[in-house]
Amino acid sequence: MCGLCGMLGGEAHWSDLLPRGDQDEIARLRRAERSRRVQYLNRVLGAFSCSVSDWQGSKYLLSTFTGKTELVDNLAQLWSAVERLSGQVPDPLAPAVHERLAPPPAP
Amino acid sequence: MDDAAAERPGAFTVAADDPRCTVNVLTGFLGSGKTTLLRRLLNSDAFARCAVLVNELGEIALDHELLERIDQETVVLRSGCICCGVRSDMAAALLDLTARRDRGEVPPFDRVVIETTGLADPVPVINTVISDATLRHHYRVGTLVSTVDAVLGRGQLRQRPESRKQVAVADRIVITKADLASPEELLELRKTLRSINSHCRLVESRNDASEAEVRMAADLAGSHRAGEVAQWFSPQPGAVADHASSLFASGGRRLAPIHGSIDTIALTFDEPLDWTAFGVWLSMLLHRHGDTILRVKGILNLCGLDVPTVVHGVQHLLHPPVHLSGWPDGDRRSRLVLIGELPEAEMLQRSLESFNRLVQD
Repeated sequence: MCGLCGMLGGEAHWSDLLPRGDQDEIARLRRAERSRRVQYLNRVLGAFSCSVSDWQGSKYLLSTFTGKTELVDNLAQLWSAVERLSGQVPDPLAPAVHERLAPPPAP
Repeated sequence: MDDAAAERPGAFTVAADDPRCTVNVLTGFLGSGKTTLLRRLLNSDAFARCAVLVNELGEIALDHELLERIDQETVVLRSGCICCGVRSDMAAALLDLTARRDRGEVPPFDRVVIETTGLADPVPVINTVISDATLRHHYRVGTLVSTVDAVLGRGQLRQRPESRKQVAVADRIVITKADLASPEELLELRKTLRSINSHCRLVESRNDASEAEVRMAADLAGSHRAGEVAQWFSPQPGAVADHASSLFASGGRRLAPIHGSIDTIALTFDEPLDWTAFGVWLSMLLHRHGDTILRVKGILNLCGLDVPTVVHGVQHLLHPPVHLSGWPDGDRRSRLVLIGELPEAEMLQRSLESFNRLVQD
């Protein structure tokens, strides 16, 4: 069984599971993955005037640029919170999100 | 392919000795022969220690088969199968059954088959098993089997969105009473079914389909995993004529829907995918579109991994991903199949590619 499940009390969201590593590496990989995910999410969340930070290694703190905040456990909860706090429906197919992700113009 | 020996321990591996029970869901329109099929499947060794949750206890448990009556709605058959009549809440019934097993009030079992009512949406039952903290501790979700009447099926699929959904989310479709239909009727029905669900196992039954053909028990757990995944991406017999070749022709060619608006899209990605990007993308996609994206099935080439990663889900919820020990065929590209009322394939393709590129910027 997944080593992460024990750490997270068996409540792991599918996206929290990692695709590599034996049990000894799990903690280190998990920290690295969380940091990477927070950085990545912040690039995407700018489209919704939001940002996230890691909260005590177990949750995410979602903040809007106007100062509203909410704590969430995983990605599924995150998108619901983004919708609630920003008033926009997060949609990876939406033009606003696409424009945000378009490669920067060549220097 | 036996991947058990070669499996690396990892976060995605579903161990061959997963102690949890498997839950199967059997769905199908009223009168489509669910109970008849279930009674036949229960004869197989795979169902030797099985419990069934059904709406009408009397249909599955005939008096002469009873070994023991535990209460008004719970009996044990001579075969050892535990049968429970359930009026409403399947999830509550499953929890109750588990508690009674733990107390020794019913014999032990390692599989539960839930037979839904004819018009029921099978997805909430599956989602509850995946997401309920207690149920997911005891149970994993296995295959979903849908029955379709060989003669009446096409009309039902045309008129009832519930029956289209039952077909769209199925892992196995059993065409029942095939002996009563003409070859032309069967061919048209198969085309209709394939237009809704292009890749699942399709079985014709003339009151004779057994577990050997239906393979309800052969799912992503253990040694069946590679074969099951290979089937997701292989051309299936009976596919509509303009899709006779591989589902993964260039451009993610889309099946033309014959009935309703349920569609299948196949996407292929040449570049390895980043797991962080993929998780963000898919979770956002399913948050927004999970009502209408009924199934997601994928084999992923993830950055930094030699082995493929398999994802599959039903509407908003994904099962925990699993690994294969190797690629089922020579194609090492990531492939994703989506079934439902879907956005344009090109939008989905470009969107994930954008999210994946963002990692590299």
